[in-house]
Amino acid sequence: MSDEKQIKLTINDKSVEVDEGTTILQAAKALDIEIPTLCYHPILEPYAACRVCVVEKKTGEKAELVTSCNTKVKEGMVIHTDSDMALRARRMNIELLMAQAPAAEPVQKIAKDMGIERTRFEIKDPTEKCILCGMCVRACEQIVGAEAISFVNRGKNREVSPPFGEESEACIGCTACAFICPTDCITFEDLKGRKIIHKEMTLGPSTAIRVPIRQAVPMVPFIDEEACIHFKTGECKVCEKLCAKEAINHDMEDEEVEIDVGTIILASGYKEFDASRIPAYGYGRLDNVLTGLEFERLVNASGPTGGKVLCANGEEPKAVGIVHCVGSRDEHYNEYCSRVCCMYSLKFAHLLKEKTNADIYDFYIDMRCFGKGYEEFYHRLLEEGTKFIRGRVSEITDMAMTSEEENRLIIRVEDTLVGAVRRIPVDMVILATGLEPSMDHNKIAKVFNISCTQDTFFLERHPKLAPAATFTDGIFLAGTCQSPKDIPDTVAQAGAAASEALALADRGTFELEPITAEIDEELCAGCQLCVNLCPFSAITYNKEKGVSEINDALCKGCGTCVSACPSGASQQKHFRDQQIFAEIEGIFID
Amino acid sequence: MSHEAYEPKLVGFLCTWCSYTGADLAGTSRMAYAPNMRIIRVMCSGRVDPQFVLKAFKEGADGVLISGCHPGDCHYQEGNYKALRRHRLLSKMLEQFGIEKERFRLEWVSAAEGAKFQQVCNEFTEEVRLLGPLNWNGGKNERQA
Repeated sequence: MSDEKQIKLTINDKSVEVDEGTTILQAAKALDIEIPTLCYHPILEPYAACRVCVVEKKTGEKAELVTSCNTKVKEGMVIHTDSDMALRARRMNIELLMAQAPAAEPVQKIAKDMGIERTRFEIKDPTEKCILCGMCVRACEQIVGAEAISFVNRGKNREVSPPFGEESEACIGCTACAFICPTDCITFEDLKGRKIIHKEMTLGPSTAIRVPIRQAVPMVPFIDEEACIHFKTGECKVCEKLCAKEAINHDMEDEEVEIDVGTIILASGYKEFDASRIPAYGYGRLDNVLTGLEFERLVNASGPTGGKVLCANGEEPKAVGIVHCVGSRDEHYNEYCSRVCCMYSLKFAHLLKEKTNADIYDFYIDMRCFGKGYEEFYHRLLEEGTKFIRGRVSEITDMAMTSEEENRLIIRVEDTLVGAVRRIPVDMVILATGLEPSMDHNKIAKVFNISCTQDTFFLERHPKLAPAATFTDGIFLAGTCQSPKDIPDTVAQAGAAASEALALADRGTFELEPITAEIDEELCAGCQLCVNLCPFSAITYNKEKGVSEINDALCKGCGTCVSACPSGASQQKHFRDQQIFAEIEGIFID
Repeated sequence: MSHEAYEPKLVGFLCTWCSYTGADLAGTSRMAYAPNMRIIRVMCSGRVDPQFVLKAFKEGADGVLISGCHPGDCHYQEGNYKALRRHRLLSKMLEQFGIEKERFRLEWVSAAEGAKFQQVCNEFTEEVRLLGPLNWNGGKNERQA
């Protein structure tokens, strides 16, 4: 229970005890008594603009009308929410609102509930929706902290507007006003850099605080700093206020943590090929040209359309084209095969068959169905009636040449099995974008002292015998950072990497190759040339003895000091000068 | 012996991490390259003592290759830079000895560049073949060739 003072009051002859500072509206809610209101929102300061929530307050014989949303409870208060007096006043207010905003649906709903059929007042504009509740103004001021819109003018000319009716510089484009508006009279078109596919639904992130994906591990939401209003204006924190568990903290910052570890597994993943690098495919320019990941989001049951496959105009596509090898097997972009695209394209074709009646065209160079059960799946698709066209798509355009092509996307392709260039009109194109190394791939390679192959993925120690290890001991590779691979292959490699890392950690000791350098004290003149050359600071000069000494634990056995030593005092075990000289002599014996 | 075409003898000092692995890759990828290259593995191109190069020439090499990791990729941080410095200096000295600088080569070959190793070997072999045998060390070369 709260420490605050308790207040007793009566609402509709029922008594209730609530905290001091509670409003009548909240107290009524505690008794399950509903008071209609249009301008109240739990996260905003009450404003009493709509005056629909009027109730009758009785003090002795004296009765008066008060707005329940902003009137605080008092000891012994007697409230009637549906007395004649309250209802008459509410009816009048609703009729006034009906005249002000005839098109506002919430007003119509309350009017219907109260049995009001029409207003006795003059209707100014039958299309008006704004009820001047001020929720947008309060949200912009109290939540967002931008103060970009406010009420202007007075009386019958009162309206919500940015200063001087011009585009406001204070507006951060958060669309909180439109979100909170109870009558949907604020609309917005530009969602600032997010790809709009269906009017108000985006394929991108929908909220600033969210769970990254449904399958995320750990399954916890995070705050997208770039989208969060708090990080733009310092206000809002609505999520923090509403979270009952007080789990949200906006003041947390990224921190660098140093952890001592014995082994490291690199699993830095891939990035999707940027399809806009191929201008002829029109990605980002033409509606309904999607990348594989975007389609994955669209077809997902938790996606913006609830899993329905719809074009930008909200209609189901009649024909869909799937273009394989976008950014892969192409000397202009990446020469390697990204491995996963053929199979995910087939999956898309299957899902499309399942969810739509569309004709599906797969444009491929070669079908690479390399895994267990994959070829069988391809045959199933063939039987399902997916049309496979062998040839690289040259262009995707919206320039129609026939009436059939009007307002559609046309895929131009050389069908190499037919031996003709074809134009195939479709409504939606899915680009099977390939895999590329992650953004900071080279940086990671530098940090861990590992190399990359020519296709710039990390190089494994041996393609057959050590596919999860690297040339740097104790560092292992898993997944697409090593090469494009699908989920089963990634899981297999990750398992191998984990067991190798564990085996090393379990042993607790690490075997060094016995190739460290040593200094013959008899020969060392103490010139200290080697001391400065050693990249690992393994050599120190012993002043007492007048010779340099090597720390075996630090020496990695590169032999730089050996080849620099003028007196031949420094020698690398197994790579002694004499051994190499003998080797040189040896290779010339025919 | 003299009827046979002249085949130059080349010695390559390869660092174990990049170039030796690159040569290995050329082998496992079944890339054929000139058989004239005889490889000596060292842990790092920084281990290559100038004496090794001189010794190789003395023993009858017509060309010597030092090959290490690309700059910045050295397994030992900077051994290849030391190899680079020694190569510059030794090239000058060899020229003064009358050995053409084309006979002493430094190349960066990474573990992934099997094809580059193949190309380097083939190019170097052809280049040295054009220069002909190195008549050093009292014509020891000639006797063998």
